[in-house]
Amino acid sequence: MRVLVAMSGGVDSSVAAALLVEQGHDVVGATLKLWGGESDSGCCSVADVEDARRVAQQLGMEHHVFNLTDEFERHVVAPYVGEHARGRTPNPCIECNRSMKFDRLLQRADRMGFDRLATGHHARVTGGDEDGRPMRLRRGADAAKDQSYVLSMLDQHALARVVFPVGEMTKDEVRARAQRLCLRTASKPDSQDVCFIGRAQGREGFLTGRIALHPAEVVDADGLPAGSVDAVELVTVGQRRGMGHGTDGARRYVTHVDVGTRRVVVGSAADVLRPSVLLAAPTLTWVDAPLSSGARAVAQVSAHGRAVPCTVELGRDGAVVRFDDPQRAVAPGQTVALYDDREPDAVVGAGIVG
Amino acid sequence: MVGMTTTYLDHAATTPLRPEVAAAMAEVHSAPLGNPTGSHPPAQRARRMLEEARDEVAAVLGRDPGEIVFTSGGTEAANLAVLGTLEAAVHDGRDAVVLASAVEHPAVLESCRAAARDGADVRELPVDHAGVLDLDALARALSPRCTLVAVMAANNETGVVQPLAAVVDAVRRRAPEASVFSDAVQAAAFCDLAELTAGVDLVGVTAHKVGGPVGIGALAAAPGVVLEARQFGGGQERERRSGTQDVAGAVGLATALRLAAADRAATASRVAALRDRLADCLVAAVPGAHRTVPPDVEVLAGHLHVCLPGVEREELLVGLAAQGVCVSGGSSCASGALEPSHVLSAMGVPAEVAVGAVRFTLGHDTSDADVDRALTIVPEVVATLRRSA
Repeated sequence: MRVLVAMSGGVDSSVAAALLVEQGHDVVGATLKLWGGESDSGCCSVADVEDARRVAQQLGMEHHVFNLTDEFERHVVAPYVGEHARGRTPNPCIECNRSMKFDRLLQRADRMGFDRLATGHHARVTGGDEDGRPMRLRRGADAAKDQSYVLSMLDQHALARVVFPVGEMTKDEVRARAQRLCLRTASKPDSQDVCFIGRAQGREGFLTGRIALHPAEVVDADGLPAGSVDAVELVTVGQRRGMGHGTDGARRYVTHVDVGTRRVVVGSAADVLRPSVLLAAPTLTWVDAPLSSGARAVAQVSAHGRAVPCTVELGRDGAVVRFDDPQRAVAPGQTVALYDDREPDAVVGAGIVG
Repeated sequence: MVGMTTTYLDHAATTPLRPEVAAAMAEVHSAPLGNPTGSHPPAQRARRMLEEARDEVAAVLGRDPGEIVFTSGGTEAANLAVLGTLEAAVHDGRDAVVLASAVEHPAVLESCRAAARDGADVRELPVDHAGVLDLDALARALSPRCTLVAVMAANNETGVVQPLAAVVDAVRRRAPEASVFSDAVQAAAFCDLAELTAGVDLVGVTAHKVGGPVGIGALAAAPGVVLEARQFGGGQERERRSGTQDVAGAVGLATALRLAAADRAATASRVAALRDRLADCLVAAVPGAHRTVPPDVEVLAGHLHVCLPGVEREELLVGLAAQGVCVSGGSSCASGALEPSHVLSAMGVPAEVAVGAVRFTLGHDTSDADVDRALTIVPEVVATLRRSA
């Protein structure tokens, strides 16, 4: 097979490339230049491109750099900023996977005659050609590093054309393999942050230059004053940090954010629990067939969150995910990934909290 | 990749080392070589070869040997020309006012930006849709306050040759105190630099664009032009550029320039004929393809800049590289990612057209077979990319 492997300059995609080369495929590496602005968080930097290129050289592969900065700005950064301005909490890494890696890059791979697009994600794909069953997106073998959540928007069309070579490996195995191959990325730390937001400036520093941030009053459930915040646009439902303690001495959580009236409502840990969450209809995606209304499933509400059992009800507005046990509120803009009730390592679909 | 036929059409990026140059450089190290500033025989040998090289470089550029400052290449020559003259002006109590064409190489534009950060008044001069400097705009921008005017001899991306004689004339009339700097890095392979840059105060060249090694270049500075050093130390190169001189490099530069000058006319017409055949056949074979620079504009013999609508140059370059056809998509940033071209944007080429623009550059070693091979592969790769779009 001719495989285009997206190489970030990290250890996972380095080993992904190495495995494909070992398997005898015709492999070409590509590093995406996504963020054109300043950043100290490491991702997309010249140093990362150099690392990816050096690994490709060591593996005897061709390597190219694709400049997608304009598209990244339009499809990831601008929506991220816009969502915050509306008081929502977007996940830019998911949008990057959706609109950059598994859309634009995948199309590009198709045009250039590649059979598959590979990435270093920790996830697995099963089914498809060999047994005629639909393809399934499954959790990676390393539970702690599983990335199926950030890939949960992939459908049959995409799954048929992607390959995740390190999905069967643990992170330790990946690093050991890189070490054995003397790849310079072997002990590089994992990336943690949003690539276009510098560690020093943070989310607030980044957004300050792009949207107006407004102070807001903080009130309790009865509308009584409970403090203030500098930027209502940066407050997230469910947030505990910075909200202090109630008169009873218990921690307070954000239960509601209203950018329009510049009001943040806080309450107790119990007040922030929700029996259900609505995933907006236009954002729903299904790996294969949609769940039938009333179906049982397992929900994951953040990248490394716990998977919790639920029932999914489909309606005109979208999918209501009814948790068996009430859960801490999930902020609007966040993605909920739904996994199969009987095979809980398999993603069935995803949606964004409305 | 090993064993694949390579069709090298990226001479504007760098040229293969001419065997005669390699031999001349090896000769430098065939006997004990001292530091040219020393007094013993090996040092005197080094000094002699360095000065012979300086004489040869000066002869090709039509300058006196004393005008030649050896540098590490074109970028250093541009930095020294821009920052060295501005610094000298400031020391002299004059204003630092620079005019630079909008299509200058980043070595010039970024030097100007560095000067601007230090307070210099920097203005970019527009070009027309063909990429030729707008002489009216130059005339309007010139004033007796001007310190330096930077206009390249020929553009690295498009190959467009700039009207240097008219530039010099305008500067002399309207800004008699100003120096003219011309980056002649690209022009050196095919143009008579003595003729092309006559009257220009500062001229920069580099060896690796004319069949010489990377790492050596020169700046010619006319008598009367004061250059403040940008690099300090032992005061070599008449206090204009410190550091032990690279004798083998200087010999390489001199040999390469001499060889290029020796068969210039014949090579230029042969390469231009190959280039025109490549252009005509490409335009005929690829629907919608057109030359970026109109045919009535003077372009370097080896340059062919074409727009291939409906393809992304990044994808085209990957497809061509896979078959060993080496061309360029324009300027890259430090990561190697292609950047939108400031040259095409200054020419007013729309972004959607520029995205499919590629540069073929032929050189003295380009053959009919290279052109044939490019003509077989390029239309095929373009068709494949368009089919699957």
